Amino acid sequence: MKADYLLLVLGMGIVTYLPRWIPLILLSRRQLPEWLRQWLDFIPVAVLSALILPALVTTGEPRHLDVFQPALLVSIPTFIFAWKTRSLAGTVIVGMALFWIAGKF
Amino acid sequence: MIKDGITAAWPVCLGYAPIGLAFGVLAQKAGLSPAEIGLMSLLVFAGSSQFIAVSMISGGAAAIPIILTTFTVNLRHLLMSSSLAVHLRRLNAGWLSLYAYGVTDESFALNMTRFREQTWDWRRALVLNHTANLAWVVSTVIGGYGGQFIPAGAFGIDYALPAMFICLLVLQIRGGLYVAVAVVAGLLAVAFSLLFPGNAYIVAATVAAATIGVFLRKWKGKAGESGGVS
Repeated sequence: MKADYLLLVLGMGIVTYLPRWIPLILLSRRQLPEWLRQWLDFIPVAVLSALILPALVTTGEPRHLDVFQPALLVSIPTFIFAWKTRSLAGTVIVGMALFWIAGKF
Repeated sequence: MIKDGITAAWPVCLGYAPIGLAFGVLAQKAGLSPAEIGLMSLLVFAGSSQFIAVSMISGGAAAIPIILTTFTVNLRHLLMSSSLAVHLRRLNAGWLSLYAYGVTDESFALNMTRFREQTWDWRRALVLNHTANLAWVVSTVIGGYGGQFIPAGAFGIDYALPAMFICLLVLQIRGGLYVAVAVVAGLLAVAFSLLFPGNAYIVAATVAAATIGVFLRKWKGKAGESGGVS
């Protein structure tokens, strides 16, 4: 393993770790104001939606809109299954199966 | 306790395995050895940024641009750790530092859902984090050794992670306000991702949507006081 590569992954590791670490150290000890607590409460739903939707409806480089993707089509029954069962493992398996079937057409 | 964490982690592991294998194959094609691949997965432990780094390595990019890109792609963890901090009140700095290492999109969303249940605690969350981490490191190294022997698209494994994200999103929805925030975040993220290159759209859309959510809640609260409708 070259020293260059070791420095690269160390650098990558540090810049990834700090944003994970700083808020835990700073925020877990103090009483947060109500508005901040509410704001943080919306983060999970907001960040997941911001990760999912662009992946389902955009494609290419530079990105452009493409709503005719199997991934988007499959996401509808997958979403309904997740909503009804609230089972993470079940949703993963059903989603994979549906995507696999969708790929056969 | 350990069993609870591992049981909860297995869907995440199932999601990581195909992505990890795919990453290993790409990294190997970019000239990295299995040891180098494993080291990156261990030190960075953030899938999408690792994919981007490997494509930059094979494009001959220098270290500084790769590190800066990694930083921007992973900045979203700042929001996740802030949100997690509410649930990790009694931990000392050592445990918090260990916990911080395992904050990923998947472990964050799953633990946030579980923390609302009485039976879940930080020890179980830590076990979940490190089980997922192990699955990630091992699958990327296996990919580096010979993941190309696994046929592309087999059994829909490419959809394991999107399906998991969809379910994790569903589990976060606890009322109309959360639906509104999800819709706003999703639409803003699509708009920003089309307008601007790079990955800043994730953080930008999340911050904007959560802020709108706080104002919506305030406005709804006021409407509730005066009109009696909640």
